[in-house]
Amino acid sequence: MSDVIQRLTRKQIAARIAADIPDGSYVNLGIGAPTEVANCLPSGITIILHTENGLLGMGPTPPPGAEDPDLINAGKQYVTANPGAAYFHHADSFAMMRGGHLDYCVLGAYQVSITGDLANWHTGAADAIPAVGGAMDLAIGAKSVFVMMDLLTKAGKSKLVSRCTSPLTGIGCVKRVYTDHAIFDITPQGTVAHDLVPGLTFEALEKLCGVPLRRGT
Amino acid sequence: MNKICHSLGEAVADVPDGASIMIGGFGDAGVPFEAIDALIAQGAKELTIISNNAGTGDQGIAALIGLGRVRKIVCSFPRQADSKAFDERYLSGELTLELVPQGNLAERIRAAGAGIGAFFTPTGYGTLLAEGKETREIGGRNYVLEYPIAADYALIKADRADPLGNLVYRKTARNFGPVMATAAACTIAQVAEVVAVGDLDPEAVVTPGIFVKRVVAVKPDHPRA
Repeated sequence: MSDVIQRLTRKQIAARIAADIPDGSYVNLGIGAPTEVANCLPSGITIILHTENGLLGMGPTPPPGAEDPDLINAGKQYVTANPGAAYFHHADSFAMMRGGHLDYCVLGAYQVSITGDLANWHTGAADAIPAVGGAMDLAIGAKSVFVMMDLLTKAGKSKLVSRCTSPLTGIGCVKRVYTDHAIFDITPQGTVAHDLVPGLTFEALEKLCGVPLRRGT
Repeated sequence: MNKICHSLGEAVADVPDGASIMIGGFGDAGVPFEAIDALIAQGAKELTIISNNAGTGDQGIAALIGLGRVRKIVCSFPRQADSKAFDERYLSGELTLELVPQGNLAERIRAAGAGIGAFFTPTGYGTLLAEGKETREIGGRNYVLEYPIAADYALIKADRADPLGNLVYRKTARNFGPVMATAAACTIAQVAEVVAVGDLDPEAVVTPGIFVKRVVAVKPDHPRA
């Protein structure tokens, strides 16, 4: 038996998230790693992507030479608009979040607590120049907020924590955390770990995280 | 009624020192760069700027900041890869920042334009950005009290206008334009094209002319296909 942990790549995590998003969903993908989920959505179903700068029905990156400076996503990258797309202003765009109209939002994180608190906008460093953008609106703005992140920092510390030490983005807002080691569901009964990667035992995962976990099926 | 100004210089001529100015745009999309250039040439200083970003490189809001003309900025995302002008003056303490979550920024501007005195929003509850603010539990959810943001001027970019000030936008360049237009005492729209009264489909007008004081045609710097 091998004890080498077969961690998922970023692409594999994105594919796992994409597989869990049902046909007919309205989805916002946060900037950074979550944008990879768009490349993994299965064909033959309708998932409508929202970008908070004012577009529902966001399509893929345009071919070279077809970029339009008036058509960008929240990460300020050039995008396209799919047939059936709609443009709208910022107050309408954030009403889609705050009003509970978006089904899923996938965000990156510095830390997630076992009660679903999210920290993803500010490292907390004294000399950091703050910028928040739509992070706090997104954190509270979808029916289900998913986080996509590596379980450990580069220094090997768990980003799933009992209590966030970085400044919070939202309280109790995260429903599920997809990582390179396992998937974690934040529930009122505790944090349930499931879909552990091959080579990783529940006991080893608990030790890596240093927080109480429940064994999922 | 004719709201057309012949130049951006004419449109911004009366901006006084100390004015509060909303500037549309997200990233570079919808930023009225030429109107900002006119404001730079006009010379007003001690300005309060309300915008999503704080400018990048050496153009637009970054140029205004770099010239020391901005006293305070209200925005959601000042720090960017190339936001040197902001970074320097913020770190040196010359520039005051009010950091506002993006959706709260839009809604506070919308509230000002709609005559709403304040509103409770779930965004930011329990975070640094809600410290010291009044909160309330409504229907089992926690909310933060936020106040409107109005301004003396709004500089926005649209695609087409008629002489009555009705505006149509283009793609994601719409972003903050429609809400800012409602929340400033004097909204100045730079547009790629001015058409005759009656040439805009009333069903397609996004910003009705009542919200717009001045319109200036500015040749677009890229094709509008």
